[in-house]
Amino acid sequence: MPAVSKGDGMRGLAVFISDIRNCKSKEAEIKRINKELANIRSKFKGDKALDGYSKKKYVCKLLFIFLLGHDIDFGHMEAVNLLSSNKYTEKQIGYLFISVLVNSNSELIRLINNAIKNDLSSRNPTFMCLALHCIANVGSREMAEAFASEIPRILVAGDTMDSVKQSAALCLLRLYKTSPDLVLMGEWTSRVVHLLNDQHMGVVTAAISLITCLSQKNPDEFKTCVSLAVSRLSRIVSSASTDLQDYTYYFVPAPWLSCKLLRLLQCYPPPEDGAVKGRLVECLETILNKAQEPPKSKKVQHSNAKNAILFEAISLIIHYDSEPNLLVRACNQLGQFLQHRETNLRYLALESMCTLASSEFSHEAVKTHIETVINALKTERDVSVRQRAADLLYAMCDRSNAKQIVAEMLSYLETADYSIREEMVLKVAILAEKYAVDYSWYVDTILNLIRIAGDYVSEEVWYRVIQIVINRDDVQGYAAKTVFEALQAPACHENMVKVGGYILGEFGNLIAGDPRSSPLVQFNLLHSKFHLCSVPTRALLLSAYIKFINLFPETKATIQEVLRCDSQIRNSDVELQQRAVEYLKLSSIASTDVLATVLEEMPPFPERESSILAKLKKKKGPGAVSVTDLEDSKREGGELNGGSDRGPDSGAMAASNASTPSPSADLLGIRSAAPLGAAPTSAGSLLVDVFSEAGPAAPSAAVNDDGFLSSAPPSEDPATLLSEADELLNKFVCKNNGVLFENQLLQIGIKSEYRQNLGRMYLFYGNKTSVQFASFTTTVSCPGELQSHILSVMFHQRRSFTEPL
Amino acid sequence: MIKFVLMVNRQGQTRLSRYYDPVELNRRTLLENHVVHCCLSRRKDQCSFVDYKDFKLVYRQYAALYIVVGVTDNENELSVYELVHNFVEVLDKYFSRVSELDVSFNLTNHSRPELDFLSLAPLPVCQHHFLSFSTTSCLSAPLPVFSTTSCLFL
Repeated sequence: MPAVSKGDGMRGLAVFISDIRNCKSKEAEIKRINKELANIRSKFKGDKALDGYSKKKYVCKLLFIFLLGHDIDFGHMEAVNLLSSNKYTEKQIGYLFISVLVNSNSELIRLINNAIKNDLSSRNPTFMCLALHCIANVGSREMAEAFASEIPRILVAGDTMDSVKQSAALCLLRLYKTSPDLVLMGEWTSRVVHLLNDQHMGVVTAAISLITCLSQKNPDEFKTCVSLAVSRLSRIVSSASTDLQDYTYYFVPAPWLSCKLLRLLQCYPPPEDGAVKGRLVECLETILNKAQEPPKSKKVQHSNAKNAILFEAISLIIHYDSEPNLLVRACNQLGQFLQHRETNLRYLALESMCTLASSEFSHEAVKTHIETVINALKTERDVSVRQRAADLLYAMCDRSNAKQIVAEMLSYLETADYSIREEMVLKVAILAEKYAVDYSWYVDTILNLIRIAGDYVSEEVWYRVIQIVINRDDVQGYAAKTVFEALQAPACHENMVKVGGYILGEFGNLIAGDPRSSPLVQFNLLHSKFHLCSVPTRALLLSAYIKFINLFPETKATIQEVLRCDSQIRNSDVELQQRAVEYLKLSSIASTDVLATVLEEMPPFPERESSILAKLKKKKGPGAVSVTDLEDSKREGGELNGGSDRGPDSGAMAASNASTPSPSADLLGIRSAAPLGAAPTSAGSLLVDVFSEAGPAAPSAAVNDDGFLSSAPPSEDPATLLSEADELLNKFVCKNNGVLFENQLLQIGIKSEYRQNLGRMYLFYGNKTSVQFASFTTTVSCPGELQSHILSVMFHQRRSFTEPL
Repeated sequence: MIKFVLMVNRQGQTRLSRYYDPVELNRRTLLENHVVHCCLSRRKDQCSFVDYKDFKLVYRQYAALYIVVGVTDNENELSVYELVHNFVEVLDKYFSRVSELDVSFNLTNHSRPELDFLSLAPLPVCQHHFLSFSTTSCLSAPLPVFSTTSCLFL
């Protein structure tokens, strides 16, 4: 242990510290500290002026006591006095004290700033450095205001020493990070960039840190640094082993400087100048070549330093994404690392390959390593490495290997860490949907997902599978069968019950023929899970039950019994009780036609953007989901529902609605006269679901003049049948909106809003023919008293002939 | 960007800590405990880079001492890994065969103005330790790489 009992060594401090250490208890320690504090206080207040050494000793003791955890409320003045001393040791303690115990006393701050200013303008490099470090450590806004203009001058002045230049660069960087608006580079920019050419490597390193940060905010101003950086880099990389003596680390020349240069180049696009670009490519090739050469030293530090430069170079190559042969070489190099002995290298290789996989040039090359990656997923002992392998599999997935990759990810999911399961689930769901050629495979995958990691299957995932099953006719039977089988498992996850309940409710009739899955069997199966489920699931099951009554009249009695029992109609949960009561009534009152209409099969969902993708992006931040994902989903979106002729706009959807047996699935029937001239939704071919935030926007865009049709179809009240005017009129007793009149040519709908004593009514006239009306006029006549109450009548002729009143 | 540097021993005591991103004093102990727990529980065959919250930890073990560096995601992990080793080599050269005690017990050292080192002794109730080092003048030949080291800490 180095001795501290020399003249400068503050023996008093050493004694104090050993006293504290020898204290047996907390109380003894506090007593000792208080004694010392009292001593110091008296010394500071005393008449006798303290000499520098004593002052330094006491201030240091105060600092020590502060670091032990006690508050210090005096001594700042003495510390500031120390600043103006000429002795290095005293000055140093002074600076140390004020950087740790930042004081907001403005008088003191003024004195401190003065002292710093004096030190900065002194010619003594030691003092200048002390001052710069204090500014950097404190980095407060007041300091930035005071010194931000002076430091660049010091930085670029010709007569500043190298070590001071380094400190100045880093100090400026710190000030820029805390108060970017106060650091105005303006006139200093070119000279700061020129520092990259400095002789001293330390200055270059410090300047690079500064320039990298500045150029991220103002790339254009610092554009000239690119060529300088490239020339510096090539000089380092091609230097012989005898150059750069001081900066060679285990036979690698200036590794950290090289890494920083490569990092700086990643802030800019590839250089346009041919010569510069050529030099850079040559550099990168040299680095890649060196990786292949036999190592100059057996030590692990040598290979680590070399590989650090290599990985940074590969990041740069990936960032540029323009040199195919470099990309392929990088990919091969990483492929070699995938099977390296050292875990660190395997981890880094997997991480870099992930970004490589999204580049078009190297995507194929990456895919060749799929077996190695799958093996890594299974056999790696470090969970972070396994996680990287899973990420890479996700990135390299495409049509050719989708099934294999999804299968591997599912088996990994069974043993995966709990913290990463949710993300894995989302990824598997996205992959399964994107690359599903055969939708029964998709249904299988999602159901497996629910079985394996049910807790982590978020709502978006199972909403999605239901949407897809509903939208695709061919997979409905298969889905019903699979779900039925899955539900028979003794321990079934609740999400499975939700999906199963919904699908059997919609499509249970498709498997009802088989005696093993007869209606009653289905019902009993669902009901056996009923009591184990949470409230939302039970609500869903109740809806499934009423659908069963519609599909299978023979089960009506059984189900009504269930609905009638006390635990349903007197259930403490309002939603469940309401549903039970209403469904019971509905099943007893409604005729079979009405019931069939009300509980008609769910219409296909409109196309919109996948919310699963959005959720994954939100979870991992913007970088995680690559651009190709989104583009692919746009392309695939058309394909998913492309099987049928249904286009993305709800106009067409409405048309297909009109073609289904029941004529008025929608409220007004205006939508069945689809060519109203209303602009159809140009939702594009993006795949979307009804549950994302943009929900109401899509259908309303299609029929935007009919504002009140903006709510999504499933939540509308059941439609009324075309019938006589009286019946149509009567319903306005309890409804504000509806069809007022309808005949072969015309349909009149009404929408009204009432608030306290004011009311507003809109009349909509729909043309049911395929010819345009000519000279269409309307009049409103209000009998008697009503006339005086009308505030205004307005006629608007819009393309769809709607009229607000 | 380097967020913090910690030197912790196997018992979980912080010998040295330096924060480059402001963290309140009372949250520091919690952070340190958590980070140390992460690193101490890892085995030899696991890699030295750990994902922790929204940044990464790079750690390296030297006998009973763990040096942990918290870095942002965009940092080159291997270069930080080697930086740690470089730092330890410098300490080694300076203290001639450095040990944990040297780091713990070194006080203000005035005989070597080139190397400004202040760290205070650890005591059971000590909150945190303090390392600030600066190169004040050109270093003599044996420790040239150190000047780059100090620059890399920002």
